[in-house]
Amino acid sequence: MSQRAEIEAWFRKMEEFAEEMKRSVGIPAIIDPRTGATMWYDQRELKLRYMLSIERVRRFFEALGEGKVLATKCKEAVMFPPQADCPDGSMPEWVEMPSEGELVTWTVINVKPYTFSHYEDYVVGVARMSNGANVLAWVRTRDPASLRPGTKVRLKVVRREPEGYLTYELEPE
Amino acid sequence: MRKVAIVGTGHSRFGVRYDVSLPELAYEAVKEALKEAGVEPKDVELSVVGNAGGWSSEPLPAVVVNEYCGLSGKPTFRVEAACATGSAALKAAHDAIAAGEADLALVVGVEKMNESPTPTVVEFIGRAGNYFWEFENFGLTFPGYYALYATSYMFTYGAREEDLCQAAVKNHYYASMNPKAHFPRRISVEDCMKSRYVAWPIKLLDSSPITDGAAAVVLASEEVARKLTDSPVWIEAIGAASDTSNISKRNTYLSLPAAREAALMAYKKAKIDPESPAKALDLAEVHDCFTIAEVLAYEDLGFARRGEGYKLLKEGQTYIGGVIPVNLSGGLKAKGHPIGATGVSMAVEIARQLLGRTEEGRRAAIRNGRGLAHNVGGTGHYAYVTIYSLSKPR
Repeated sequence: MSQRAEIEAWFRKMEEFAEEMKRSVGIPAIIDPRTGATMWYDQRELKLRYMLSIERVRRFFEALGEGKVLATKCKEAVMFPPQADCPDGSMPEWVEMPSEGELVTWTVINVKPYTFSHYEDYVVGVARMSNGANVLAWVRTRDPASLRPGTKVRLKVVRREPEGYLTYELEPE
Repeated sequence: MRKVAIVGTGHSRFGVRYDVSLPELAYEAVKEALKEAGVEPKDVELSVVGNAGGWSSEPLPAVVVNEYCGLSGKPTFRVEAACATGSAALKAAHDAIAAGEADLALVVGVEKMNESPTPTVVEFIGRAGNYFWEFENFGLTFPGYYALYATSYMFTYGAREEDLCQAAVKNHYYASMNPKAHFPRRISVEDCMKSRYVAWPIKLLDSSPITDGAAAVVLASEEVARKLTDSPVWIEAIGAASDTSNISKRNTYLSLPAAREAALMAYKKAKIDPESPAKALDLAEVHDCFTIAEVLAYEDLGFARRGEGYKLLKEGQTYIGGVIPVNLSGGLKAKGHPIGATGVSMAVEIARQLLGRTEEGRRAAIRNGRGLAHNVGGTGHYAYVTIYSLSKPR
């Protein structure tokens, strides 16, 4: 069973229990099997989906469609993720991130957040790119045991499925 | 600036606390702290509530806790600095007293993480850092962030997973003597090694649990402290610093620079030699949300040289009798880590240790009369190092 299916099954069980309690004692009570403590199964479910402003860094997302990953360049540093403003007071300019980099560190996410529970275990790494900026992204590999600090990786634009949107990832050479 | 002392401490039992609501849980600690200080709610001039929240239902925890504890009407606010919330709340109250804005303040750290199911909690903590650029696309989890540090550390210095597990073994050992701990039982290196990966190379038993709990301290100005108690525990120094929200913007994964900076700031204020701080201290509570975090803490605090923190564990130097005993409470790892309560819990533990009031078997020998709390928020996003002392600071 996928993590998503396990979680959904657990929620269904709780819900059924609370429904049964409403019918029998009139309140949505659930009982902790270990301590016997009674809890109120919340009858208000919050739908939480943000609408995030990307207007001022829209160029970044347009460039993904052209197969490019962009950063902004301030007087003192390359900013990745890109920033619309430079804290050093200079005017930012859009620059393309190089595709060559070296892996610095990585992990395999085994226990996933709820909204990622429909994926297989995924590898997240940080690479130092040839312009000195770091990129954190998924590392495309079936064999994380072969990774080492210094492993050469390429930064690529990819389509994330099943959602079907453009993002970027690191591919070992 | 005026001197500030702890004059009362309170601590709930940590664990999965389905038996109490958030304000009921807070009151367990508040009641004990007020009683110890010998004061009543009406004497409190400022109430600072540390609570990270999100997973629990109350968006305004400060007023909910205050109403329940008979503190409505008092100046109050909620403080959030991720896992360092408790230390930040303590600093806010400390600063108010030091500045002469209050003479008696209550600091409450409370967290009811189990009000949401585990997958929701995993989601919330994973979002702590930079939501849009690091979580939205890449689904980091909290163990995942620290795993980036563990991988880098292990490959750079040759530490093994077994070595990191030693921190869990030690902290469970001391938790077994702490009746307030979430997991008061011993584990072995084998148990740790056999536990499943949550974010390779971090395993379940490398990780602090999802815990409910509360802790409280009553802080007082020197004048009021002298009236209330013969045994104040002084806040000698607080060091604080922060780091980037995006983990990718860090240039090292071998240290938490914010924690290092906070330590140096605290040592400077307390006139402790940063080359050999362990000699000036009797014990430390460090932020072991994961075993790797305890190892990094040894190095950032200057207890060990870079790359040698794990050797302190191997040699047992952070048990009682070693160079410096660390996490005699059981630490976040085994005492539990109710996010907003942790920093306050550290203060309670150190105050009680300095006064010789903890259980036998996990009681530090007090020679210098000084203890240190190292409390990190997020993955080194926030850092607080607080030094507590039996002698009034100069």
